[in-house]
Amino acid sequence: MATLEIRDLHVMVETKEGDKPILRGVDLTINSGQTHAIMGPNGSGKSTLAAAIMGHPRYTVTAGTIRLDGADVLEMSVDERARAGLFLAMQYPVEVAGVSVANFLRTAKTAVAGQAPALRTWGKEVKTAMDNLRIDAAFAERSVNEGFSGGEKKRHEILQLELLKPKFAILDETDSGLDIDALRVVSEGVNRALENTDVGVLLITHYTRILRYINPDYVHVFVDGRIAEEGGPELAERLETEGYVRYLGVGATMN
Amino acid sequence: MTVYSERPAAIPAGSRAERLTSFRPADFPAPTRALEEWRFTPLSRFRPLLDEASFVEPCDSQVTLDLPPGADAAITTGPMAGQAGAPGDRAAVVAWNAAKDTTVLTIAQGQRLAEAATVGVRGGGLDRPCARHLLIRAEAGSSATVVLEYAGPALLSETVEIVVDDGADLTIVTVQDWEAGSVHAASHRAVVGAEARLKHICVTLGGDAVRITPDAEFRGEGGEVEFVGLYFADAGQHLEHRLFVDHNQPRCKSRVTYKGALQGQDAHAVWVGDVLIQAHAEGTDTYELNRNLVLTKGARADSVPNLEIETGEIEGAGHASATGRFDDEQLFYLMSRGVPEDEARRLVVRGFFGELIDQIEVPAVRARLIAAIDGELELTMGVSS
Ligand SMILES: Nc1ncnc2c1ncn2[C@@H]1O[C@H](COP(=O)(O)OP(=O)(O)OP(=O)(O)O)[C@@H](O)[C@H]1O
Ligand SMILES: [Mg+2]
Repeated sequence: MATLEIRDLHVMVETKEGDKPILRGVDLTINSGQTHAIMGPNGSGKSTLAAAIMGHPRYTVTAGTIRLDGADVLEMSVDERARAGLFLAMQYPVEVAGVSVANFLRTAKTAVAGQAPALRTWGKEVKTAMDNLRIDAAFAERSVNEGFSGGEKKRHEILQLELLKPKFAILDETDSGLDIDALRVVSEGVNRALENTDVGVLLITHYTRILRYINPDYVHVFVDGRIAEEGGPELAERLETEGYVRYLGVGATMN
Repeated sequence: MTVYSERPAAIPAGSRAERLTSFRPADFPAPTRALEEWRFTPLSRFRPLLDEASFVEPCDSQVTLDLPPGADAAITTGPMAGQAGAPGDRAAVVAWNAAKDTTVLTIAQGQRLAEAATVGVRGGGLDRPCARHLLIRAEAGSSATVVLEYAGPALLSETVEIVVDDGADLTIVTVQDWEAGSVHAASHRAVVGAEARLKHICVTLGGDAVRITPDAEFRGEGGEVEFVGLYFADAGQHLEHRLFVDHNQPRCKSRVTYKGALQGQDAHAVWVGDVLIQAHAEGTDTYELNRNLVLTKGARADSVPNLEIETGEIEGAGHASATGRFDDEQLFYLMSRGVPEDEARRLVVRGFFGELIDQIEVPAVRARLIAAIDGELELTMGVSS
């Protein structure tokens, strides 16, 4: 069993107007096989948390720790974090012109596994995973994310999750922008990963809809750079009806 | 800050049809940045190549020929009548007049070379400029690949005439890989006969300032020209490619595909692609594309396609130009999949050049090119943002 442990994490971002603190003391522990949902208003810092865990250079950790089975994640470069078992399905996946999906997947798999995958089984594995996610075989030869629709990008992220088999996966709004069928297909992919690999999942979402497919063990309410409340799946239901009003100052509005 | 430009095709100041060509230096005004053909060029770096008086013998530049059976070469002295049009700018006319002899490489009628012929040019040092003249002729019905390899330190001004007779099929691969400090100006002028085909692959890697101007025109119907280019500009390098395809015959086809990567402070690439479809050139089919990949801050790419169409009866005509950055987000994305930074860059740059490298059918040149690009990338590590 693996553990990802975040303690008192403070993160800031450099802006033209100066340093801007975004995360203000995040505490979160995830174990293998668990699913944690994070919900919270726009701009509360959810993507920042995801990016900081993965080591995005724009975000500076000013205090706190992130440990993966005791190892200091903050000391690792981005690629080292991935090889240590962290994975981030991005809210806005990036286009990489001229690099085919097939080449990208093979390169990534080789990098995280430390050796090239066996040619024969790998081809089959990719094809099955693509079929499961209803990704047309033609995508293998297309440039990574180039000209993909929003939903196709998200499915491509989950394809990587299934193939790279990380210890912990952070899914940043993977459900946003998906149609009803795609939401189900993507959720099935996450559930397959949970079943097959015992991955621990941190699921960032705005909607309880995805939580009908992927059952969270814990729900965290994220407000103003920290976790304001924690609970079980019932917390998500309550947020659905009440919104975030109770966590925000009087007169605050949301959209 | 990275500066990059993306311009729509524009009719150049003065049509390409009206641009002067001549064998007489006095016909050309002294280059200034105000002139269209010099507006992106750092003139001070090319100065020694722009004045015939600076070419004094002896010139130490050397040529070696490696010819397969069927290819024939000779060195002729004395002035040559221009086989492939006249010089189109000051650098070209100086090269024409300063060269004392001509290396003539001929592929005899109907010969089909199984192996590439290689012309190696070794620069004559950085002390004084040299001028060279190379004429490559593929006679009717022949087929050949000719590799031009440029290496060493050089101040070189050059004319490369390319004559593709009717029904011939010629591939030229020219690789400029000069040592630091080198300056090279070359005018490649090609004429393509009826039902003939020229594929011209231009690879520019090394040298402080390199300016290549490949021009092509047709001598009959059904000719085909493919200009492929690949360049990699490092800190302080100026790599300029100015192409001109003159569709002066009906039913000819041209394709221009140039791609460049840039990295480091003041790396500068210039691509200008002029295509003129003359009034009587019905059935013309042309497309040109230039893409630049800016790998670091401080590099600049200028990319200007110009398409002039004087007839409505064309098969197809188009152009595309784009400059993109290899940015932090791309790097982060690839690294978040476990790919180390240097490999991520390699992946992106190889992907970018891949389709062009695949077109180089000479395995030794292709392998060297891949190695050269990987070598360039090793430079970036530590320089990058
Ligand atoms: N590079 C940056 N420059 C300035 N502000 C930033 C930067 N990155 C993030 N922020 C700010 O930090 C706050 C948190 O942003 P973040 O993207 O983490 O929010 P989020 O909870 O993921 O929101 P959403 O639900 O809309 O995706 C926002 O106010 C955002 O504007
Ligand atoms: Mg977000």
